Amino acid sequence: MTISLGNERSWQRALASSLERSGLAGRGGGGFPASIKLALASAHGSGGTVVVNGMEGEPASDKDKVLLTQAPHLVLDGAQFLAAMCRSSQIVVCIPVGRDGVAASVNHAISERLRHRHSMVDEMIARPPDRFIAGEESALVNWIDNGQALPVFRPDKGTPLRIGRRPALVHNTETLAHVALIARHGADRFLARGMVDDPGTCLVTISGAVNQPGVVEVDRGTPLWEIAMCSSPLNSPQALLAGGYGGAWVAPKHFSTPYASQQLRAIGATAGVGVIVALGPSACGIAETARITRYLAQQSAGQCGPCVFGLPAIADDMARLAHGRVDPGLPARLQRRLNEVSGRGACRHPDGAIGLVRSCLQVFAQDVAAHTRGEPCVHARKPTTMRFPRPITL
Amino acid sequence: MTMRITIDPVSCDAFGYCAEILPEVITLDEWGYPIVDQRPLPPRLLELAKRAVRDCPRRAISLVRDSRAL
Amino acid sequence: MSSTTFWYITRASGIVTLILLTVTMVLGLITTSRSRARGWPGFAQQELHRRISMLSMVFLAIHVVTSVLDTYVHIGWLAIVVPFASPYGRFWVALGAVALDLMVAVFVSSILRSHMKPGTWRGIHWLAYGCWPIALAHTFGLGTDSGEHWVIALGALCVLFVGIALLWRLFATARQFSPRPPVDAHIPPSNRLVSTPVGRGIPRDR
Repeated sequence: MTISLGNERSWQRALASSLERSGLAGRGGGGFPASIKLALASAHGSGGTVVVNGMEGEPASDKDKVLLTQAPHLVLDGAQFLAAMCRSSQIVVCIPVGRDGVAASVNHAISERLRHRHSMVDEMIARPPDRFIAGEESALVNWIDNGQALPVFRPDKGTPLRIGRRPALVHNTETLAHVALIARHGADRFLARGMVDDPGTCLVTISGAVNQPGVVEVDRGTPLWEIAMCSSPLNSPQALLAGGYGGAWVAPKHFSTPYASQQLRAIGATAGVGVIVALGPSACGIAETARITRYLAQQSAGQCGPCVFGLPAIADDMARLAHGRVDPGLPARLQRRLNEVSGRGACRHPDGAIGLVRSCLQVFAQDVAAHTRGEPCVHARKPTTMRFPRPITL
Repeated sequence: MTMRITIDPVSCDAFGYCAEILPEVITLDEWGYPIVDQRPLPPRLLELAKRAVRDCPRRAISLVRDSRAL
Repeated sequence: MSSTTFWYITRASGIVTLILLTVTMVLGLITTSRSRARGWPGFAQQELHRRISMLSMVFLAIHVVTSVLDTYVHIGWLAIVVPFASPYGRFWVALGAVALDLMVAVFVSSILRSHMKPGTWRGIHWLAYGCWPIALAHTFGLGTDSGEHWVIALGALCVLFVGIALLWRLFATARQFSPRPPVDAHIPPSNRLVSTPVGRGIPRDR
């Protein structure tokens, strides 16, 4: 591994200042600055663990699978750098049960590194259950520590996650790949791409009504439509889903919005995980949102009342809306529940679902009005164009 | 230093005692789970808030320093 | 005080302790997430349960102290907490000591509740389920008055109320409002972390 030292004496300090200067933010959906996360873990003792979050529970995302099968060494190098900087004693790569191809690839890479004595810190693979919520940071650490893939209530984000008594540093695979690249080429190359307040590149999975679905690497801040064009959309999409199933719909008038945190927030959307799903003209945005909401409700960890009862209730109302069987109390009831459920879970799972539903009601407002009048569109009954691990019935 | 009510949603089992003791600040949603008013806790309600903390069968509710800027 | 006075106080406070324990048990059983007595706020039920249990501790203290101070039969201070340390009525006094030990454990754990894990507190609190029947057995095995009709009737009523409360708790309470994590969220520790040996392929999945 080569590192550009710059003016620093030790490579650890060089890398720490590079990370800070680069402004690298987590690519797993949280967008939290990597340098701050690292400082937090380093400050709480040595002998901890670096966790490579390869769970990718988001059904519309493939980037982590791609990274781990095509560039596992880059990800592992990134983990090694962070492990050395916070004096961790092990790296755990988490890949869900069932993704044996990905696990085999990582296993092969680790074996290679062992053979060539390439790694400073022990690397191992763990196989958590294949559930959406198991990829949540605190749930993943909880699973490694106690065998329970359930998020933990963390009112104080200032204390790090722990495995046993030692700190755990969890990062998405793509974030770690960026760490390795910043270590090798310095922060300047990272900063040369992207935007000032959201620098670098990111991987975006494009799917839906497109000819060539796949994963592309783009500068942060590339307009949504330009990213979608990489996959040759079939026709003019009605809308683009950005940020994942916990993200938000974007209307055609906003297709030129840059794919960056602040800009997407300004239009009521979110950058989330690098995902764009194109909704074709002969699909129903409300029905698809209803299906996604049902999926997210099923994927609840089952710990917090507002999520366990709120999400299925919201999913029920969305299903009614999709079918055009709307009772007079539904609109007010739905709004009330959207307001009441958000922010009251131990993790942000329900908030993602609520953000998606809110964006649906806004972007597809005309369809919502028609469905509410009892005139659902003909597309509502069609099979889904979204990807789900198991069929979702409305 | 104002205090703030925090509820651990994982431990909370919807007994609803907190809403009975402190209805000015805590209301229950349709499934019995507490919704906490996010405004700073008025000092006159502090004693009742402490009682709510003590009486919660799951110890889900706690008082923390309000670290948000005033 | 004469021995007889102590004896009367011991018996009376014993009966009162049993009654208070029964009420505590019933209140504990019916205080669930969804239960509300008409007109009573839920937190009041909870507070009543706590205060009556504390009151029963007071009467229990009177009961054991007077039983030792009563020199007619020799029990000894140690026998209050150590089973089988009493020369008099060994077995039944031992039951009393066991019941007292359990009660003290529950009481102390509740005082130190904020310093232990929730699971630990609940586990200790479950000892209370053992405490009440042992106290009942102690009453009828040892009690001088246990042949009296009114005492038998009282015992029967205690059993009846606790029995009804227990059945209610087991079958009538609404369980559907309790969130439960999905079953596959838990995987036993032995299958979790697997080191990657060179050349042996991927680790075996769960």
